[in-house]
Amino acid sequence: MPRAQAIALALLVAFIAAAPFLLFPVYVMKVLCFALYACAFNLLLGYAGLLSFGHAAYFGMGSYLSAHAAKVWGFTPELAIVTGGLTATVLGAAFGYLAIRRQGIYFAMITLALAQMVYFFCVQAPFTGGEDGIQAVPRGALLGVLDLTPDFTLYWVVAAVFLAGFLFLYRIVHSPFGQVLKAIRDNEPRAISLGYRSDDYKLLAFVLSAAIAGIAGGTKAIVFQIATLTDVNWPMSGEAVLMTLLGGIGTLFGPVVGALIIVTLQAELAQFGAWVTVIQGVIFVACVLAFRRGVVGELQQAIRRPL
Amino acid sequence: MSELWYDLEPFLQQGTLGLVNGAFYAILSLGLAVIFGMLNVVNFAHGAQFMLGAFVAWMLLNWAGIGYWGALVFAPLIVGLFGVVIERMMIARLYKLDHLYGLLLTFGLALIIEGLMRNAFGSSGLPYEVPEAFRIPPVDLGYMLMPAYRFWIVVVSLFVCLGTWYAIEKTKLGSYLRAAVERPKLVQAFGINVPQMMTATYGAGVALAAFAGVLAAPVYSVNPAMGANFIIIVFAVVVIGGMGSILGSIVTGYILGVIEGFTRVFYPEASATVVFVIMAIVLLVRPTGLFGRA
Amino acid sequence: MRITRRTLLTGTAAAGALPLVTPLRHARAQAANTIRIGVLNDQSGLYRDLTGPGSTQAVRLAVQESGITTRGVNVEVAEADHQNKPDVGSTVVRQWLDRDGFDVIVDVPTSSVALAVNTLVRERNKVFLCSGAATSDLTGSACSPNTIHWTYDTWMLARGTGGAMVAAGGRTWFFITADYAFGHALERDVSNFVRAAGGEVLGSVRTPFPGTTDFSSFLVQAQRSRAQVIGLANAGGDTINSIKQAAEFGITRRGQRLAGLLIFISDVHALGLQTAQGLVLTATFYWDLNENTREFTRRLGRMPNDVRPSMIHAGCYSAVLHYLKAVEAMGVQAAKASGAAVVERMKAMPTDDICFGKGTIRQDGRKIHPAYLFEVKSPQESRAPWDYYKLLQTIPADQAFRPLNEGGCPLVRT
Repeated sequence: MPRAQAIALALLVAFIAAAPFLLFPVYVMKVLCFALYACAFNLLLGYAGLLSFGHAAYFGMGSYLSAHAAKVWGFTPELAIVTGGLTATVLGAAFGYLAIRRQGIYFAMITLALAQMVYFFCVQAPFTGGEDGIQAVPRGALLGVLDLTPDFTLYWVVAAVFLAGFLFLYRIVHSPFGQVLKAIRDNEPRAISLGYRSDDYKLLAFVLSAAIAGIAGGTKAIVFQIATLTDVNWPMSGEAVLMTLLGGIGTLFGPVVGALIIVTLQAELAQFGAWVTVIQGVIFVACVLAFRRGVVGELQQAIRRPL
Repeated sequence: MSELWYDLEPFLQQGTLGLVNGAFYAILSLGLAVIFGMLNVVNFAHGAQFMLGAFVAWMLLNWAGIGYWGALVFAPLIVGLFGVVIERMMIARLYKLDHLYGLLLTFGLALIIEGLMRNAFGSSGLPYEVPEAFRIPPVDLGYMLMPAYRFWIVVVSLFVCLGTWYAIEKTKLGSYLRAAVERPKLVQAFGINVPQMMTATYGAGVALAAFAGVLAAPVYSVNPAMGANFIIIVFAVVVIGGMGSILGSIVTGYILGVIEGFTRVFYPEASATVVFVIMAIVLLVRPTGLFGRA
Repeated sequence: MRITRRTLLTGTAAAGALPLVTPLRHARAQAANTIRIGVLNDQSGLYRDLTGPGSTQAVRLAVQESGITTRGVNVEVAEADHQNKPDVGSTVVRQWLDRDGFDVIVDVPTSSVALAVNTLVRERNKVFLCSGAATSDLTGSACSPNTIHWTYDTWMLARGTGGAMVAAGGRTWFFITADYAFGHALERDVSNFVRAAGGEVLGSVRTPFPGTTDFSSFLVQAQRSRAQVIGLANAGGDTINSIKQAAEFGITRRGQRLAGLLIFISDVHALGLQTAQGLVLTATFYWDLNENTREFTRRLGRMPNDVRPSMIHAGCYSAVLHYLKAVEAMGVQAAKASGAAVVERMKAMPTDDICFGKGTIRQDGRKIHPAYLFEVKSPQESRAPWDYYKLLQTIPADQAFRPLNEGGCPLVRT
């Protein structure tokens, strides 16, 4: 790991370790869940060059299945989260198979439309509880032993899930597989001419991204003890894009910073009323026009080291 | 005969009503296709601009006393002008970049426009009556009674769609436009102002959306979310028709409206999903869409 | 490090984000004689007009009129937008209760958020005065010793419109039902009342939810059924669109009546009387109902977007007024110590205010007051802005809400 990244990672770990003592733990857990979600999204957009506008489907289904497993089937929280992740994996494989047939904008619109179908399904299916959602999901006990009801205990589990996911993504990006992905992103015909079956690579990246988004959704369901239609509706897909864009597309730490800013903004703006959507829109426009590289992207440009 | 007629009647009714929905799909997807075809920008703000058309019609009526017919002309002009300003100030800076950024920018614009309208007018919507000229008894089609205004929607949308198609495919100006898309530098060298043409195209596409908004105001709820409900279906229509294909988006718009109508006869619950199912099938069989070139 | 304009911009953005984080850190000192009220609702979405800033305005009026602040008790009112997202609402409420020492949460439309708040408040033994949400589960399977469901619920809407309509001559029904749990439940409840009152349900059609803008095809099916009443088992934009298109197709002119099952005065305003005339609906409050409700509207003053108070606004006022009475009766210390005790006290005291008149609060947390069946006036009948309803029937308080033993609330001891 290059030095700049190592320092950044150390800072991140230090922040995660110190945060629950300084900040409201539920808020930090929310940041971590969304950060993992945005990182998963960034694997596709930043490293494979695929803009998915339908990641809410994987996040939401992960959230629903985890909540259902914990509440109805009585799974322990770690098994519930795994259930959510597996659901998202299967869904990602099916949708990815369809979506990777097209590129660029087409890809974005197809993922969006498929995600809308999932949303319709969730509105209808009895197990999701319709507009009430799945409520009062038990946080349960880790491995059946450690009671996760106190925020402070749960926090460390969420932190561990986030770090594991984050390091896993780091590993993917820096593996030979990740290198091929980047090659496909930059010049797909050339990658194909070199003998790489680009569709296989894209599909695998899609599935991995969906799986981690599902785990993020599942963890969120355990933290907030609810899973609802918000998790699976298209503005949630927009949020992943927003966080990644704001933090820096194709940077390792960008989505984390983006998630931190957006979640904070939502929490703070909640006290000020009606301007949330307008401000989110302004951030989108400002990012696209003024600093496309995002916060971390600009930073790495300044220090000339990848972050 | 009468029994068969009774069985057929619902299909005729729903098919006819579906054509009205198809008219909206066609105008909206046409605007998207024009903008995408010429500018290579996916205009996510299209739904918001549709909504603005309806709101401007309301403002013209309530603040300036300009009725429906005036609104049909002025609202597209006003909103189109707004589109021109946006294109000059923002979108024009993005042509050299990946189209992803155009999509993200217009997505942000849609959020801003919707949020501002909500702050200004609330969320429940505004009243807009069917224009005086159409408050006549509905037309008896034999199998159903059709309000006159719905006829007007179908007729005027066909007229607008075919007009646009003609302007792009058959006129000299249209040929410049198409040439500018293929070889902008060359066309510029012939003394045609390409950036200006792009601006005008975006303005025209936005005006089409606003025109549909004015058409919709008397029949659909005029509220800040009215466009967001449409935009995703219209995206699917454009994908099915083949992105950038003008004729494809028009024909697909009407056909999907009718298919949606038929679905409402035997399985109404699925009528909103059927568009996406068709899209998935089309993509599997013909990834370029029904009318798209590979 | 090379400093460019870009880096500066970024730096400013990052620095700008920092002060936003800091307020999250300070746990405010617990003032022993301060009551903190949090109004949580939709300030930016679909329900903004019927809840939103108007609810906060109503709560502030209640605080002022209670006079409690002149007797040495501080009352702080905060508001937040849950954006109709349960996770946003849940974070706000956790912060309010766990960190900032809030005592009571008010309003909360959107049943998914309300049910989440219901659980959180109960776990922390605070008070939840729900005015905005419709789900009758709040006094049924999800009932809580810390929650009072104040203004209305789905059972009452179904009873009012379904039962009373049959008595008013609408014997045969056809439903246009939004195809999700809420729509199904509403259709089922209303059907039961219609049949119980001797009416008949001829059929129903399920409309995809969300994503339906055009209801004409469903209206044509309803027309074919020749039912006397078309029941709209949907909400919000769906209801507005169906009513608007029914007017366009001249359905009411040909003798069929429309019954809105979840419709508010702001919806009628959005439709305009030309379109909405003849529509029948149920509510527990109408600003122009009597001298008292007009007085309330006057005292409330000008509202955002110039709306008139909805029944949800009235409920927020009434609930907070009664809550503060209970707090004064038992003392601030005791009130802050146990939310359940405050609710117990509130249930023991009869309610009386200018919005709902005299009323009571039942064991299951249901506030009991009369409901009214209204018909929307025609443009000719309306003599002033927002003069929209005429009263068809008053449903007495003891019949307006679900009987205590039918809700399945575990708090009810039989």
